[in-house]
Amino acid sequence: MLRKLFKFHGGVKPQTHKTQSTTQPIARVPLPERLVIPLHQAVGGHPRPLVAPGDKVFKGQRIGGADGSLSSAVHASTSGIVRDVAPALMPHTSGLTTLSVVIEPDGEDRWGELDKVNYRTAPPDELRDFLRDAGVVGLGGAVFPSYAKLKPGKEGRLKTLVINGAECEPFITCDDLLMRERAADMLKGIVAMRHMLQAEEVLIGIEDNKPEAVAAVQAAIAASGQSGIQAVAIPTRYPAGGAKQLIRVLTGIEVPHGRRSTDFGVQCFNVGTAYSIFEALEFGRPLISRVVTVAGNVDQPRNYEVLIGTPMDHVVRQSGARPDTDRYIMGGPMMGVRLPAFDVPVVKATNCILVGSPALFPPPPPEMPCIRCGECAKACPADLAPFEMYWFSRSKNFGKAQEYHLFDCIECGCCSFVCPSHIPLVDYFRFSKSEIWARERDKSSADAARDRFEFKNFRQEREKQEKAEKLAAKAAATREKVAADSQAGTASPATEAPDTAKPAAPSAEDTKRALIAAAMEKARQQKAQIAPKNTEQLSAETQADIDAIEARRAATATPPTPDA
Amino acid sequence: MLTALLVMTAVALVLGALLGYASLKFKVEGDPLVEKIDAILPQTQCGQCGFPGCRPYATAIASGEADINQCPPGGEEGIRKLADLLGREFKSLSEEHGVEKPKSVAVIDENTCIGCTLCIQACPVDAIVGAAKQLHTVVAGECTGCELCIAPCPVDCIAMEPIVDTLDTWKWRYPVIQIKQAA
Amino acid sequence: MINSPFVRKAASVQQVMLQVLLALVPGIAAYVWFFGAGILVQIALASAAAVAGEAAMLAVRGKPKALFLSDLSAIVTAWLIALTFPPIVPWWLTVTATLLAIVVVKQLYGGLGQNPFNPAMAAFCLMIVAYPALMSQWPAAGQLDFSSQLQLIFGGARQVDAISGATPLDALRTALRAAANPDSQLHGLRAAQLMDGPAYGMLGGKGGEWVALGFLLGGLWLLQRRIITWHIPGAFCLALAASAGLLWAVRPEGFASPVFHLASGGAMLGAFFILTDPVSGATTPRGKLLFAAGAGVLTFVIRAFGAYPDGVAFATLLMNLCVPLIDMNTQAPVFGHKKD
Repeated sequence: MLRKLFKFHGGVKPQTHKTQSTTQPIARVPLPERLVIPLHQAVGGHPRPLVAPGDKVFKGQRIGGADGSLSSAVHASTSGIVRDVAPALMPHTSGLTTLSVVIEPDGEDRWGELDKVNYRTAPPDELRDFLRDAGVVGLGGAVFPSYAKLKPGKEGRLKTLVINGAECEPFITCDDLLMRERAADMLKGIVAMRHMLQAEEVLIGIEDNKPEAVAAVQAAIAASGQSGIQAVAIPTRYPAGGAKQLIRVLTGIEVPHGRRSTDFGVQCFNVGTAYSIFEALEFGRPLISRVVTVAGNVDQPRNYEVLIGTPMDHVVRQSGARPDTDRYIMGGPMMGVRLPAFDVPVVKATNCILVGSPALFPPPPPEMPCIRCGECAKACPADLAPFEMYWFSRSKNFGKAQEYHLFDCIECGCCSFVCPSHIPLVDYFRFSKSEIWARERDKSSADAARDRFEFKNFRQEREKQEKAEKLAAKAAATREKVAADSQAGTASPATEAPDTAKPAAPSAEDTKRALIAAAMEKARQQKAQIAPKNTEQLSAETQADIDAIEARRAATATPPTPDA
Repeated sequence: MLTALLVMTAVALVLGALLGYASLKFKVEGDPLVEKIDAILPQTQCGQCGFPGCRPYATAIASGEADINQCPPGGEEGIRKLADLLGREFKSLSEEHGVEKPKSVAVIDENTCIGCTLCIQACPVDAIVGAAKQLHTVVAGECTGCELCIAPCPVDCIAMEPIVDTLDTWKWRYPVIQIKQAA
Repeated sequence: MINSPFVRKAASVQQVMLQVLLALVPGIAAYVWFFGAGILVQIALASAAAVAGEAAMLAVRGKPKALFLSDLSAIVTAWLIALTFPPIVPWWLTVTATLLAIVVVKQLYGGLGQNPFNPAMAAFCLMIVAYPALMSQWPAAGQLDFSSQLQLIFGGARQVDAISGATPLDALRTALRAAANPDSQLHGLRAAQLMDGPAYGMLGGKGGEWVALGFLLGGLWLLQRRIITWHIPGAFCLALAASAGLLWAVRPEGFASPVFHLASGGAMLGAFFILTDPVSGATTPRGKLLFAAGAGVLTFVIRAFGAYPDGVAFATLLMNLCVPLIDMNTQAPVFGHKKD
């Protein structure tokens, strides 16, 4: 029952370095002295903290609540005391900080009360909410909240559910070991997902350099008696584990950039995600740990079950980092993230801590000019022309770069890998992308500011006009009143005004005077209004401050303007 | 000779009529130049250029009344874009109009604010909310960093704070070209 | 700061160029075997001039010398110049041509990777326009020993007409034109009969066909090494053979056979080494086909109807001109946007 497989364009075959870390089973890591759990670990909103310093938390207790339409909860990985809720360095190249909960473990590792759900009977909507609050996100690296992906397309059902066990990046073996050791449980998670998605068939794609994993998953499928689930060995070629590439290989469907795969009847999940869905649905355990490969410049590369929030150097210590270690990389050598420090925490996205040294990952030879040899285009799994995009990115001609489909780039690194001129092509594309995003942000905020400014002007104009109308009406009324008054006044002392030739003259004078008086009164009132308010119940210090400021203002205002 | 003259005149007339028709047919409505200039300006509405807002400044540039280097928030990049658009030489920012600063937003110290509403009236983009005798707050997302609210404040409780990078705004830097280093 | 990917394939411009040079060796060996060691002198002259010119320009432009000289791209240009020029041109012509190629056509346009025209072919065209006589005199195979070659290269006086003639391509065209003329004594003879002379071998020019075979061999090795793709050599040979074959089939008495065209002149060198220059050539697969097919047709047209001994150089430059247009209009659809 060999399946027809499809090919994707390009790809490369870097040395895999996978055998070193698969010799031993997944190990546990002793509790660290403190756990630093970032609240923002998944694509989407920033969960708000639910705990405060000093609080006691149990293992699995929610410490960050899902916020916004796309967000995922965060949980305490062990029991202990919250020591701090403050910004801490995150495992990201930027070296930026993010709001994190620091927990000092009490050593008891005691579970709190866990929510449970009967996933065999509960409606899919309830399961989705449950998984959101269990913090289940994609563990392949993209950390997209899983509940949001567990919706079938418009038709309400799905043709193919693709489970990604390809694991194409060199050094990383966490999915391999997970499939070898926990295939049966993972399969239960897959069955639950299949049920939620109403998927016709399930294809588990595994690169053919992992025969043990393929065998284990096949055995689990046979043992479960499920039909329509198949483990497929696919040719080993990086980046076969990219979601789009894997979907292409298994189904022949190419999902374009910016489209949802469910529109094409396909959805894709990582094997680790399937396992954590099982844990959540079966035991109510939220996502508080994951399998992490420690590889590279260490004595014993190995996979560990690591609590989220564990400092990376604590994990690496179990494998014995060699002395010439100069950096940690989160992920593999092709797409991994250069980390700003050794003690950044393991997060949900951490599939591998790759320990680097100058000998293992030497700096690239000097960058030479592009000779348009086209190697990058041959290697590009997205069928792009990287050398053209490079040209426009380099000259910051972002519009042209986009014309050459810059945003279809998946940053897999194949182009940089093959470039004979050693050009860091992906770096140029990352730069261009973030620059374009920044410009779009600037533009939309400038447009908003322009609108608001124009509206304010319009409003002021309108108010002025309304005021003028009101004033005019008032003035007319006053004039009438004054005129009436003066007429009344002039009526009685008629003898004093024998000159009836110009009866309006004095009254006009009076009207004017009255108007001026009214205006002055009004101005006085307005002045009083403009003066700072809220000054009645000021504290002594504030009053002193104000006095000092006023004095300074008076002082700066008095000197005559210097000769310009 | 006469025929030639007549033919040439006829040709000239026909071509002239064509040109005249084309100029009527493809007439450009309005003044797109002002729009284009305005699109480049940062819309801080700060007035540092000497005009009451970005659009008046754009109009002034278009009519030749103002130079292109009077906008500090737009910075060097803005001047470059204007120079490109107008086919003029690049000039460095005119110092009398200010200096380029990192993007900032106004922040009101809530302990000092007395709720006088003066800053609300000064804000060109209605980014400050509050009412008389109520605490005022700057809506950071709407604030353009124009600093116009600072001067009117009687208690000097408004400060400009540079915008800090977050994961959403952090940018990858331009790759360093290593050829020179290798030499 | 280095970001991902942290691993790279062991590939470099230097390696690419080195393999191109190695691939030229079989052709050069055949050249030396049939036409004498003079070509080696020309290669040395051109190489020295190329390195000197490149070094001087890099110094003027403030670029790192060691890095760019070691990429070997100047040497490739130099060898192509030496191999496309007649082997007995005076030394100063080789040197001037090489300097022109390196200084003007390559470095003034921005150096490695920036030149819109193939430097070697641009130099060839400039020289054939400037010195048509010197550039059209080719010794027949085995005609000159090494010392007389040296004398021709470095000596002052030249009685070239006595010792050398036109290329077989040139000669056959002249002969065919004569055959078409009723007054000529060659009238009525066919190409096959005209090729019965001592200057011709089995397929093309005597000796020259073996050199072409050497270049074909080297080119196939480059294909196998994935330095070049099949698109350019394939489309070029096909277009040249097709256009030659069409006219040959219609009027065999007036035109040489497609095999003769493929085995003569710079056809093989052009197909595998000149048109495949990535810098000045088209880059998309469809673009490469168009680019090389255009060059093939143009080569035939210039050979059959023009006045120059060979058409590869002019065809290359003309197609170089079209590259931006070709590339822009042949971009392949990207992932997810293909029509099945």
